This record gives sequence, structure tokens and C-alpha cells, in this order.
Amino acid sequence: MDEKALDEIIAQYTSPSGKTLGILREIQIREKHIPIDTLKLLSTKIEAPLSELYGLVTFYSFFSLQPIGEHLITVCMGTPCHVKGAEAILRTLEELLKITNMSQNGKYFQTTEDNRFTVEIARCFGACSMSPVIHIDGHLYGYVTPEKIPQILEEFGWKR
Amino acid sequence: MKIQSPEDLEQIRKSGLAKIHPGHVRIGVGTSSCGIAVGGLELYDRMRDIIQKEGYTISLVKTGCIGYCKEEPIVSVSIPGKALVLLHKVSVHDAERILSLSLSGEVPEDLALCKVTDWDHITGTLVYGDGFEHIPDYGDVQFFKHQKKVILRDSGFINPEDIDEYIAIGGYRAAFQALTNMTPDAVIDEVKKSGLRGRGGAGFPAGLKWEITKKAPGEEKFIVCNADEGDPGAYMNRNEMESDPHMLMEGLLIGAYAMGVHEGLIYIRAEYPLAIERLMIALDQARGLGLLGKNILNTGFDFDIQIAIGAGAFVCGESTALVASIEGKIGRPRLRPPRLTDKGVWGRPTDLNNVETWCNVPVIIHKGAGWYAGIGAKGNTGTKVFSLVGKVDNVGMVEVPLGTSLNTIIYDIGNGGAEGKAVKAVQTGGPSGGCIPARLFDTPVDFENLNHVGTMMGSGGLVVMDEDTSMVDIARYFINFASSESCGKCVPCREGLKHLLLILNRIMAGKGTETDIEVLKSLSDTIVKTSLCGLGQTAPNPVLTTLKYFGEEYERLLSTEV
Repeated sequence: MDEKALDEIIAQYTSPSGKTLGILREIQIREKHIPIDTLKLLSTKIEAPLSELYGLVTFYSFFSLQPIGEHLITVCMGTPCHVKGAEAILRTLEELLKITNMSQNGKYFQTTEDNRFTVEIARCFGACSMSPVIHIDGHLYGYVTPEKIPQILEEFGWKR
Repeated sequence: MKIQSPEDLEQIRKSGLAKIHPGHVRIGVGTSSCGIAVGGLELYDRMRDIIQKEGYTISLVKTGCIGYCKEEPIVSVSIPGKALVLLHKVSVHDAERILSLSLSGEVPEDLALCKVTDWDHITGTLVYGDGFEHIPDYGDVQFFKHQKKVILRDSGFINPEDIDEYIAIGGYRAAFQALTNMTPDAVIDEVKKSGLRGRGGAGFPAGLKWEITKKAPGEEKFIVCNADEGDPGAYMNRNEMESDPHMLMEGLLIGAYAMGVHEGLIYIRAEYPLAIERLMIALDQARGLGLLGKNILNTGFDFDIQIAIGAGAFVCGESTALVASIEGKIGRPRLRPPRLTDKGVWGRPTDLNNVETWCNVPVIIHKGAGWYAGIGAKGNTGTKVFSLVGKVDNVGMVEVPLGTSLNTIIYDIGNGGAEGKAVKAVQTGGPSGGCIPARLFDTPVDFENLNHVGTMMGSGGLVVMDEDTSMVDIARYFINFASSESCGKCVPCREGLKHLLLILNRIMAGKGTETDIEVLKSLSDTIVKTSLCGLGQTAPNPVLTTLKYFGEEYERLLSTEV
């Protein structure tokens, strides 16, 4: 992210309340991750220690230091999803996308080798009436079963 | 225009009514998150295209959610002089048929869920009409029959993106009344008399908290709305904000006036993009009418609301962590006291209430404390909204008076287990709560009775478990949740939960021993007693309640090797 774009984001925040997380959120949405150089630049702009900003980025699950793949798949792991089989959904995705169950910085965050898909988990979308649910690039899929996943992935260019 | 007089408000009320009763067919499509996920938006777009192409005289609006999530997408059809009909499980293929039938005064009866002849918005009544004898009444539908809609009174009927419609059914009249005809102390007094308790879970008397904040020294103060609805399985607040955002705005405005506060903050979780969008629209519209900003309603009172968006951390629902997060810090709780009412946002006295608590305020002022206190039970007044989810047949938003039994909610409204299976337990209060076995379902749902059986109200998630659910797995699930979401500041929570998880994993793998059960109990006890904040203090509840009520499930998994 260039300096001008960052300045524009910062300028939107006139009140200190919610400012720092708001700026980081905008960076995350635009860049699909928080580039470390942008973080360094931000640190000098808003006069916050880099260590503190790094702390925020690794603490809050919305932010990621690694670029996310072309499509972001979020699997809801809320209680209703859990009792209706969210675990099996996640395992199926791992199997089909050939990723492993490993977490970074305590966050579940996996990107496929070809960078097409990133899989992460969420605590709860609040879409519990349709559990189990997954979220792909802003689209919510309810009543998901392991059998339905290949078809859903194909909508995003995945091939068997 | 800026509203400055009762006449101004009345003028907008009339223009809003003309939108709800346009004198021709009006069709509302449920487009809350639940409705959208099952095709609500595609349905809306298809209808809009057909109306444009054919030149039909039909008003098409997006409405919120009426709460029967299982039946979404729900479409309401209002034909002048006739009852409003709710259609359920509507697909894009039904669009053409619904539109053309409505123009000839009919509805597709095969899609009809029920009809509404008139609706009590409490702050006003809408009369639709009669007809459609073959379609059941709203009050005859099992899911709706036992509910009492106070907070959800507008959800699914009005367009949440249009302030005129909220005003049409009596919205902002309470704010007008409070700001022009009541002293701040009289407003606080009314809220105190209503008996309203915090809907975030702890049940602290709201009016008392307001009074403490008002009396706290200092000029600059804040009010905060906690919209960081983090309990998995709970989505009442999302629905309240998506379906009726102005009810929240009005509650905040009345509260700000009562406490003499000029800055409001809504801290909302990032996982709720539609709620954020609708709140932004509502804020703009309220500012446009002079209901927020400088010299509100020409009274000289200034107040505005700002939205702060979270970034995915369960612990930020804890009040001191939430404040840290607003200030751009890591959401780690601190010791209390000092309470937020002394030192909150930026060190200033702060009143923090949950979304639903604020939503209760307009109706209390509008109808009076006496009316409100007549709902529910003594010491537990008013209604509570629950999300009834998991392995229950009728999944959805349920609003009942406090003190209603779990039996009523799960069997009468929820129709028991999904797919005819037997219900084994219900989990309340999210990761801080516990599991209640079916044999205790005569328990009235209120703050004290839930505590008595070892769980808590929490924000209102009710997750139903059936005969196939392993209760040990549920305990492990919650400990894994709490352990991952622990901020790491204090040892009992950070390390204790990790060890509970190790033990539960061992038991689930069939390698647990009797000693493990003993350690689960004693370690849970230590975590409860020594953790710094509510997250740790309540995190072992799922273990303790499943051990208490479903001990035999643990026993069955224990290793037989010596």
C-alpha cells in the first residue's frame, strides 16, 4: 500500500475511538493482509510503537500478516455448527484442498499451494439457524454437508 | 428537514404510513442475514426486475426478519383492505406468480404460512384487513403462538433502512416525550421502576447503572452499546440491529439525555457486516432529521453516535477489554474496580449496556414503567429474546416473557428435537454457561433460576442437544473455545484451561482415569475462583454442569486398564 492510500485511510478517522483497529481493518480489507511495510509506515504516521501494532495484528483474528489466497473460505465453528457437524466440514475442506490442520500464531489459517484458497475458522457468524455454515468471499452457505462441498468449491474454479 | 415540533414528527409519521399502506400492493422480502443466505436477495432482485419490466404498481421493500429462520425466505404480501399474508420458503421461481396474483387480489395459498389482520407495534397499531379464510392466523402458528413480541415488534414488518417507517409506527415518540417533557432524573426513575436488567447476561439493574454514571464526577462521559455478540449460538443482537436499528438509536438517545452524555459509541463485531451497514444508514437518517447531532429536537441537547468495529476477539465482550479495544489496544481485561462508571473509555465515566438493553428503553418510556413491569416475573421484568438453535425442530428467534419455562420454549415453540429425535439437554449462556438436562426443563428462564441450576442467562443463545450429542465432546468444545480465546493475561485461565483441554482430550480418546475426573473438578474450581475476568471465572461451567448432570457419559469413556 502506498503512502497516499494510507494517508487517506488515516484521514477518515477524526475521533480517536475505534481509530487504530479501524485503520488496520481497512488495510486488511484492501490488501487482503497487513503488509509489514505498511505496518511500519503506520507506526510512524500515528505515532504508535511498531511492537504495539504487531501485538494488535497477532491478537485479533480479523488480521493476518500472510497474504490470503484468491478466495477466502471461513468455516463457522460456533456451537450449533459444531453439534451439526462443522468438524466434518473442515476435515473435508482440508482433504479436498490438500491442506493440513496447522495453526499459525494460534490462528487457524491455511492457504493452498497454488494460492487459490485460504481456509480459516470463525467463532460464530450468528447465522446459527442454517448451521453448519461456511462463508466464501462474502457469500454465506447454509445447511452445508461434506457431500455439498465439491460443488460449492467448483463455483470458485476448483477442479476435482 | 430537522424535526423541531410534534407537528414535524406527525408529518413524517404520515409519510411513513403512506409507505406501509401505499394504497396498492406492497411486498416485503425478508433480507436479514438468514434470509439472504437462502436466496432472499436474488428473490428481491428478481421481483424488482419483473416489476420494472412489466410496469406493475407494486411497492417492493426489504424487511427485517420475523424470526422464523427455518422458513426463510419469508415474503409478506399486503393487498389494500386485506390481511397481510406471510409466504414461506419462497424461491426465485415463485416471484412472477406472487406478483401477478397479488395484482388480482390473491396470494399463492400453497406458499402461505399465516396471515396478519392487524399488528400491535405497541407504540402504534397497524390494521391490514381481512380475507384469506383458508390461511391460518399468525396466532395459530405453533412457533408464534407462545411468544410475546416487544423487542421484535417491528422485525419483519418495516423496512429497516427507512426511518420514516419506524416513525410511522410510533418510533421516536418516546425520545420526543423524554427530551421535551421529562427531566433526565424522571427518565432514570422510569427505567429504574421498570425493573429493566442488563440483557448482556449479568442482569445488573440498568436504571441504577445510569444513575451511577450520571452522578460520577466529570463533564465528559460516554455511553457505549455492546454489540460484540460473541457467544457462539447467539444472534439476537444481530437480528435486532439488522431488522430494527432505529429502536437501538432511540434507546441510546433517551439514555444519553437521561445521563447528560453527548458521545455514544457502538462497539460491534466485524462478523456482522450487514448490521454495520444498516446502523450506518440509520445514523445518517437520524442525523438528517435532527434526531442526532446538535440541538436535537430543538431542545439544546447535543448527542451523536460513532461506530467502532471489533476485529474478532471473543474476550472483547468483557467490558474492560471492550474499552481497551475501542482505545486501539489489545483486548485484555483489567481488574475491577475501578468500574467503567468511574473510569471507562479514555478514563471517563462510561455507561455500557448491551444492544437489547438499549432496545428496551423506548417502550418503557412510551408505555410507562408500570406497563413494562407487568410483563415477566417479579425481579425479572420484561421479555427476553433467545436464539433457539441446534438440534431443535423450529429453529429461530424466540421472544418470551422472562420466567417462561424451558419446556415452553423447547417443546411448545421449538416443537422438540429435530427429525423426531429426543432432546437431551440445552446449553445456555454460551461458553460461560452450562448444559441443563431435559428433566430440569420446568426451570423458569430468569437470571436467578438459571444460576441455580449451574448455568447463566448469558446473552440468550439456547443450543439444543439431542440423544446423538456427546456431552463430554460439548465440554471439550467449550474448553477449546475458551482456551483459544483466553487473552493470556492471567495464569489460571491461560494455563488452567489448557490443562482441562488436555484432560478432556485424553478422556475422549478413551484413556482417561478416575483421577482425571477428580482433577477436572478441582482444577475447574481453581479457575473459577482465581481468574481475573468473567471469561476465566465462568469458562469451566460447561465442564462442571456436564459432570454434574451427565457424569455417566464421562464414566463410560474412562479407560478400563489399570
